[in-house]
Amino acid sequence: MTTAQAPGKAVRRFSLKKVLRESSVAQGLFLIGPTNTYLIVFMVIPLILVTVLSFLSRGTYGEVVYKFSIESYLRLFDPLYAKILGYSLLVGLLTTVLSLVIGYPMAYYIARAPARQRSLYLFLILLPFWTNFIIRIYAWIMILRSSGFLNSFLQWIGVIHEPLNILYTPTAVLIGMVYEFLPFMVLPLYTSLEKIENAQLEAAADLGAPPWKAFLRVTLPLSVPGMIAGTILVFIPAMGMFVVPDLMGGAKTMLIGNVIRNQFLTARDWPFGAAASMLLMFLTMVFTLYYTRKAGFGEELLL
Amino acid sequence: MSEKKPALWLRIYTFLVYAYIYIPILILIIFSFNKQKLNIRWEGFTLEWYDKLFKDHQVLLATRNTLMIAFIATIVATVIGTMAALALQRYHFPGYGASETLMYIPIVIPEVVMGISLLAFFALIKFKLGLTTITLSHIAFNIPFVALVVRARLHGFDKSIEEASMDLGANELITFWRVTLPTIMPGVLSGAMLAFTLSLDDYVITYFTAGPGSTTLPLRIFSMVRFTVTPEVNALSALWVAVVFVILFISEYAQRRRA
Repeated sequence: MTTAQAPGKAVRRFSLKKVLRESSVAQGLFLIGPTNTYLIVFMVIPLILVTVLSFLSRGTYGEVVYKFSIESYLRLFDPLYAKILGYSLLVGLLTTVLSLVIGYPMAYYIARAPARQRSLYLFLILLPFWTNFIIRIYAWIMILRSSGFLNSFLQWIGVIHEPLNILYTPTAVLIGMVYEFLPFMVLPLYTSLEKIENAQLEAAADLGAPPWKAFLRVTLPLSVPGMIAGTILVFIPAMGMFVVPDLMGGAKTMLIGNVIRNQFLTARDWPFGAAASMLLMFLTMVFTLYYTRKAGFGEELLL
Repeated sequence: MSEKKPALWLRIYTFLVYAYIYIPILILIIFSFNKQKLNIRWEGFTLEWYDKLFKDHQVLLATRNTLMIAFIATIVATVIGTMAALALQRYHFPGYGASETLMYIPIVIPEVVMGISLLAFFALIKFKLGLTTITLSHIAFNIPFVALVVRARLHGFDKSIEEASMDLGANELITFWRVTLPTIMPGVLSGAMLAFTLSLDDYVITYFTAGPGSTTLPLRIFSMVRFTVTPEVNALSALWVAVVFVILFISEYAQRRRA
């Protein structure tokens, strides 16, 4: 530091680099900065915007009028929308329960398989889900429609004589949803089942518990974190889903996701769509908080 | 858990669930080669639908859009997300908890809500909907997933190799490029692969942020299958499945060799 010219500038230029090099807080902020900025601009601000929007009113031509109103929220209590909401909750819960019932024994089987085979089994569950979401729904449309494979097959073996109407019914929606979300249930279940030590089950056996009792008293309680993580990962997307009802449910099946979509794109009542979104978010938040409170955020959720 | 042989019913059950997962896809692929248009019965082998597909300009354009969006979104999200993973795993700074919470937004907010909020946001700032808005949105939902995957990889990172590199006279930057990055590279790559697939797969967010002329493959397929069943979609699906499977097997193979 013998040169004294323009010391302020030299020091400042140097100090930024120096701060980054020497202060670990600065390094951390430098690394997290882009993510925080990006997520605040493209997620937090848009969500705040929707919150504000839900308290505004709709003009005659579908434009947003900047006048405070809670009318959109009041409209949600209209029996028509209350019914849709109840129906969405039902579909979300049924999808979750079915995924759990179908996925649990499978996750259990994989967790008990020899270590070498486990990753292969998991890979085989995930593989089809790397293909496109719409393609997977289309495959089910081909199978379920009245002249589809299921009906042709059942008629061919003589179980039925008239084709069954499955496509464009709530049953079809459930089949599609469960198919779509099953891996989100199986993976966290597997993670928590796999962690159970053999010794714990042996201890139960040594104390005289028959296998079913050991399962009920040891395995099942220890897999609760996996069940909760799986339930969150399935229930939240199932509640907001509108594509499966669109393609497989026909005109009769309307979920809250369809209502939100319609308000924003066809009915053009943005404040009402925003209010419905707030309600959906509120429900999924309450649900998530309730369950995570019960078990705590586990690594199961991050898998 | 134990390695005792599971009960027979459990094996059969698991086999049946795998069948449930795979049969739809197998049917889809088989009937992309079927001569009959309504593809209920097998009428003979044909490549007609593939030929038709390659001449479908809208499909080709949608493919180009999809790949372009996925490539850009993946690269940006991987760089930013990896930085975030490093920050969260190794540093403490003011706002740590809040930064971590931000990452959970795409997990706990339903996609449709994220879609409409982005639509409202772009409308408010008068940003024209199109390829740019789709890409910006894809980056947003990809960052947290990349960060999660890379962070999991950093979990078991042995810091002493970095110290060794510094002891040997390398500075932070050289240490990062020559030691840290190569070590976490498998994690970064699987994060990037996840981002790429999420981007290719996305329908909901794309649907709300797309404008005229920015149709992607999922949007195109949706409009093709909305009212009718067409073998062209089977052909497209079969190709998609084939490409994804080849990529996955290559990456699995590469990872096994590395391990």
